[in-house]
Amino acid sequence: MFDDFFIRALIAGLGIALVTGPLGCFVVWRRLSYFGDTLAHSALLGVTLAYSFELNIALSVFIISSLIALILIQLQKKTNLPGDALLGLLAHSSLAVGLVVIGFLTFIRFDIMGLLFGDILAVTTDDLLIIWTGGAVILLVLKLIWKPLFASTVNYELAEAEGLNPDRAKAIFTILMAAVIAISIKMVGLLLITGMLIIPAAMARNISNSPQKMVLFSIIGGLLSVLLGLFSSLEFNTSSGPSIIMAALVLFILSLLNIKQSIKLKN
Amino acid sequence: MSSENSTLVKLNNAGFKQNDKWLVEGVSLTVKKGKIVTLIGPNGSGKSTTAKIALGIYKNIEGSVEKYTNKVGYVPQKISIDWTLPLRVYDFMLLTENIKDEAIDEALTLTGVIHLKNKNLGNLSGGEFQRVLIARAISKKPELLVLDEPVQGVDYTGEIALYELIKRISDTLNCGILLISHDLHTVMTATDHVVCLNGHVCCSGTPMDVAKNNEYKTLFGEQASQILSVYEHKHDHVHSDKGEIKKN
Repeated sequence: MFDDFFIRALIAGLGIALVTGPLGCFVVWRRLSYFGDTLAHSALLGVTLAYSFELNIALSVFIISSLIALILIQLQKKTNLPGDALLGLLAHSSLAVGLVVIGFLTFIRFDIMGLLFGDILAVTTDDLLIIWTGGAVILLVLKLIWKPLFASTVNYELAEAEGLNPDRAKAIFTILMAAVIAISIKMVGLLLITGMLIIPAAMARNISNSPQKMVLFSIIGGLLSVLLGLFSSLEFNTSSGPSIIMAALVLFILSLLNIKQSIKLKN
Repeated sequence: MSSENSTLVKLNNAGFKQNDKWLVEGVSLTVKKGKIVTLIGPNGSGKSTTAKIALGIYKNIEGSVEKYTNKVGYVPQKISIDWTLPLRVYDFMLLTENIKDEAIDEALTLTGVIHLKNKNLGNLSGGEFQRVLIARAISKKPELLVLDEPVQGVDYTGEIALYELIKRISDTLNCGILLISHDLHTVMTATDHVVCLNGHVCCSGTPMDVAKNNEYKTLFGEQASQILSVYEHKHDHVHSDKGEIKKN
């Protein structure tokens, strides 16, 4: 019924949505959307390095993103610049370096649009393996650090005082962010990954009253966005990334209607 | 039980400096099982800082902290919770430890807020939230309770009831309590040991000892000293040498 590439894209997309759902909730709760953007922008550099040295793209992106996160932490300690300025500095300079490196790699044909906005044709069977095993590891680690991470998201001092080691949880979460970007870059594209993290979680926030429900709805929203997005991408011949994000946006708008109704009920 | 075993947390000449300014320095105190240690002092005297040193929230401290328990319940003075989180009272009770439902219900009943269990945390009033904070801290059945002005914003009758509850919890759980309070009246009746802070330890001892201390009198005024003595008198029936205090 469908071509192989489309089945692969579906399996990849659903795997990614399972991971971005819960991680996206923490991105919203901890106000990390710009941090996610910075990591995603630096991913371009990771991709160019992967091509230059014939490395696996996901691995190379993971390493570069983690490195950028480390540099950010060091800069925060050593300078007096505000966090958003540092994030902007890293995001745009790593994007610029990535683009310049691409300019030098004239012997390789690059699909820049595919890198920026995702390309379902590019998903291989190997990618599926990386997405699903990588995704399973990310979710497992997130489950292990859930308690300290969530507690310190609510209140850092309570978590610290009651012996939960929030600093370690935060460091591990940063690595998970780099990992989720690494596994989803081919599919969603580096300009739109943060949207995949934030929009389903934001939609879920509108219709949930507990953290567990928000995570659940965020996952469901992500899965639906992937399904809707990929089918419309096939139908209208659009890029996969923007189509998925647009589907997520539609779900978000629907969740706003739900809010209006509940406000009416209250009055 | 030897005295070493019953020690829960011990500060040895501890201090904390932020931006080259000492928030508090040279604090030594010990909280033991079943005992209530109260920190008093004017605003900015380092009470909350001392509590955070004891809890291990501040890392780069002078002196040392010996902590002998990990079962800690903490009610902070200021708590900024981001209300973008969908968080019910029930979720908040489970924040740092998975507690059985019965224990949650029991703690919320004790502090009088069981009816708020499924309410969103952001919709509570200040006093209600304070009761939830206390419930959360005691529901873990901690060995060490650190209460930083735990009854702020609670109505007057509630205040008395909550202090009685705190005293009862200290007895039934045999846990040690480090308490910070401005309310000399209520606190002194239950306190075993008072530490009066003003950037450093200005005096410490039983409520009676502290009340007699001259530094304490300068900090809080003669009247405050009378309050302490009156309570000490009422409960111990020891007649102080300051006859005029009794008359007040």
